Amino acid sequence: MALSAGTGSLQVILGPNGAGKTTLLRILAGLTRPTSGQVLVLGHSLRNTPRLRREIGLLSHQSLLYDDLTPRENLTFIARLYGLKAPDQSAMAALDAVGLAQRSADPVRRLSRGMVQRVAIARALLHRPRILLLDEPFTGLDPRAADRLVRLLEEQLAAGTAVVVVAHSLYDIWPVATRISVLVRGQWVIDEPRPTDRDRFMVRVQEAFSD
Amino acid sequence: MIEVLRHALALAAKDLRVELRSRTALVSAIAFAALVLVIFNFARDPTTVSSRDLAPSVLWVTFTFAAMLTFNRSFALEKENGAMDGLLLSPVPRGAIFLGKYFANLGFVVTVQAVTLPLFVLFFNVGLGGALPGLLLVTVLGTLGFVAVGTVFASMAVRTRFADLMLPVLLLPFLVPPVIGAVQVTTRLLAGRPLLEQAGWLRILGVYDVVFLTVCAMVFPSLLDE
Repeated sequence: MALSAGTGSLQVILGPNGAGKTTLLRILAGLTRPTSGQVLVLGHSLRNTPRLRREIGLLSHQSLLYDDLTPRENLTFIARLYGLKAPDQSAMAALDAVGLAQRSADPVRRLSRGMVQRVAIARALLHRPRILLLDEPFTGLDPRAADRLVRLLEEQLAAGTAVVVVAHSLYDIWPVATRISVLVRGQWVIDEPRPTDRDRFMVRVQEAFSD
Repeated sequence: MIEVLRHALALAAKDLRVELRSRTALVSAIAFAALVLVIFNFARDPTTVSSRDLAPSVLWVTFTFAAMLTFNRSFALEKENGAMDGLLLSPVPRGAIFLGKYFANLGFVVTVQAVTLPLFVLFFNVGLGGALPGLLLVTVLGTLGFVAVGTVFASMAVRTRFADLMLPVLLLPFLVPPVIGAVQVTTRLLAGRPLLEQAGWLRILGVYDVVFLTVCAMVFPSLLDE
């Protein structure tokens, strides 16, 4: 299988449970070693050039956060790891972008599921990555937070970020998607630019799932 | 190198902050150490075994098992919410992750030892007298390499289903040399023998520290790959 994400594009990956979507995302992020093939980021292998990890932002199934720390402490720590110049200000700006500046001092364990997801999104965007990998980013978000995420993604695309989104539903991501691929048993069964008619496309996706 | 050290210190500071918030590892390790000392103190028959004979072994067994509780916690907190993935995603060198975890574990173990030592003196009625500087030296030498090995094995054990059981099984065989050395030196120091007489054991502890710190720092990065 081949996947190529260009600058300023948003590729959506759909697929039934167990299709390998999350594994693919982990391979793209350099967290899982592929059994064969290679992942090139900006033309170089992630494994051979660890500094390229700076260019990748990942929103995983898990929040990647420390429950006993506050969102601000979590993000400041991450900003330090990425060598950002003003870690605390960067952390607060990222929290502000997801509308959580008011809750920056509460421990993560006291936040709701949707709020934790928003902190995790802020974490993925914190270091302004050129490649953004998002695994089901709308999980747990209320409609307002989902709208805010779509706006954030629009800003990322305008800035030239390549975005890959794994999703179960096209509903929220449709306005910003540029290409949609359907993964079934490790193979692309649909891989094309986003069509105009969502409902007709969804019928094709359902048929591909059931094949 | 400065960058590695900066990242390592940031990681260690984060671990200490999490521990200060949750008080999981330190409180349980200190409570465990105190209970072990109490149990050994009251289980001993003073008419057959003198406290001076038993004390050094009890001290180092207590240090060893209490430290294991802190090692387990140090990687368990990275497992929660997949935080270890977050570290691996960052541009931080893998060596800095080892060093950060090592510094944090060293901080926890030294804290546990600092609380345990006065309790040990109290329960076993051991007069330290002039032995204190020597005892501190052997504690430092007995701890440096031991924490490095504990850090590496904790990173492996946390991936198993029974991390709490696996860690002692993996770790204890590697702790035999420093524990034997430390017990030998402690016994002699508490008997009033001069520190200079223990140069052989101290050298062994020093070599263990250098060898295992180096090996652990080299091996750790490859253990992180999935």
